[in-house]
Amino acid sequence: MREEIIVSGRANPLIDPHLHIWHWQIPLYLFLGGLAAGILFFAGLYTILGKEKEYPTAVRLAPHIVPFVLIIGLFALFLDLKHKLYFWRLYTTIRLESPMSWGAWVLMLVTPLSFIWSAIHIKEIFPKWNWKFKILIFLNEFFTKYKLAIAWVMAISSVILGVYTGILFSAFNARPLWNTSILGPLFLASGLSAGAAVIMLFSKNHHERTTFSKIDITIIVVELFLIIHMFMGFLASTEVQIKAAELFLGGPYTASFWIFVVILGMIIPVILEVLELKKYKIPVLIPATLVLFGSLMLRFLISFAGQESRWLY
Amino acid sequence: MRYAMAIDTKKCVGCSDCVVSCQTENDVPIGYCRDWVVEVTDGTYPQLEIEIRSERCNQCDNSPCVRCCPTGASHYAEGGIVLVTPNKCIGCGACITSCPYDARYAHPDGYVDKCTFCIHRIKKGLEPACVAACPTKCMYFGDLDDPNSKVSEVLKKRKWKTLIPEAGTEPQLYFLI
Repeated sequence: MREEIIVSGRANPLIDPHLHIWHWQIPLYLFLGGLAAGILFFAGLYTILGKEKEYPTAVRLAPHIVPFVLIIGLFALFLDLKHKLYFWRLYTTIRLESPMSWGAWVLMLVTPLSFIWSAIHIKEIFPKWNWKFKILIFLNEFFTKYKLAIAWVMAISSVILGVYTGILFSAFNARPLWNTSILGPLFLASGLSAGAAVIMLFSKNHHERTTFSKIDITIIVVELFLIIHMFMGFLASTEVQIKAAELFLGGPYTASFWIFVVILGMIIPVILEVLELKKYKIPVLIPATLVLFGSLMLRFLISFAGQESRWLY
Repeated sequence: MRYAMAIDTKKCVGCSDCVVSCQTENDVPIGYCRDWVVEVTDGTYPQLEIEIRSERCNQCDNSPCVRCCPTGASHYAEGGIVLVTPNKCIGCGACITSCPYDARYAHPDGYVDKCTFCIHRIKKGLEPACVAACPTKCMYFGDLDDPNSKVSEVLKKRKWKTLIPEAGTEPQLYFLI
């Protein structure tokens, strides 16, 4: 038997008895960042493919929520900082080794792009919109002219943003549950499926909705594979990672992970979407909300459980 | 120059003087600590074995906290000591999360704080507060690059281990066993 205690009574707030330095702000931001990445990716992709008319919601309508989503996400990030007034220090340096530095700079690129994209499609929401000032009219024309270039930058940077939400965690080798590079593609997939869900929700066009339903099903199946691979990797790894995986395989997070993320967030929406494709009447609100809920829960559970996983010594 | 500390687990009695001296020397806020004492008990009664370790930041050669810091606030100072510059730190918590030893904490003033090996004392030619205060003289501090320093001498003579070297951090806190 082995018992290890801190006899000097260490009780550093947020560190002991187990790490919980990141609360709701980080997982909420990661969800919103992933969602924004998902929507922008599809907007960029279908513009590049020249299918704007075929998929108007994806290209012109859904991206309008992205600036709001990103601002809420960035505000959550700001709330997480404990030395708030120094936040600008992120932008006085570029640290290639630090995923958070990458994230800060990618957001610096993606956020203005999302505003520009929303602005050049403003007539989709307010058909009588008038930019009034000459400079704004000029900018609107300028960006509209280079829309294809913007779409390329947007599609690429949104993939980086989506992957980064996972890499942020996986770069921490101190937390064995996070220390798997599968989190990058898993969070990207989760973000893309959340984006597809929002597009489905907003779309009034049957063809577009079916396409995104199919996309969503495919991505969720990929996600399920990634989750299985993640656990296979953990269980074939060292003791610390086996113990970390056990948090979800019999440990305290088992029920919430498998019920909220896998069953409610992935399997049920896939079944509902397949049924809908088979012409059953299912309100799109149900699968779309479930996908968004699952995507949010994935972030929360990985974030909280990961902070509980640790090296044993 | 490579500062390091060696701690004799056979001599340490777990009195926690190192913890108190550190809190006093460094004005550590109440309820926080930069160092702590771990007692590990192995075996079944009456065959018990106890190891007592005074732990703190390992001043790693390959520090995950320095690597993940988005602003460069966490950095290597002279002798490989890992320090935080408070007015560069945004308090994002990445370094706290990245430390497998949980050696960092968020200071109530917002920035992240940790053991500094008492760099302000070293510069004056003094030993770190914990080393100076230890009543059993179980801690040795010095420069590993100097073969005649206390820490180099004791590491040559005794068996030692570091904590979770498999995490790849190259820790510079040596425990004599």
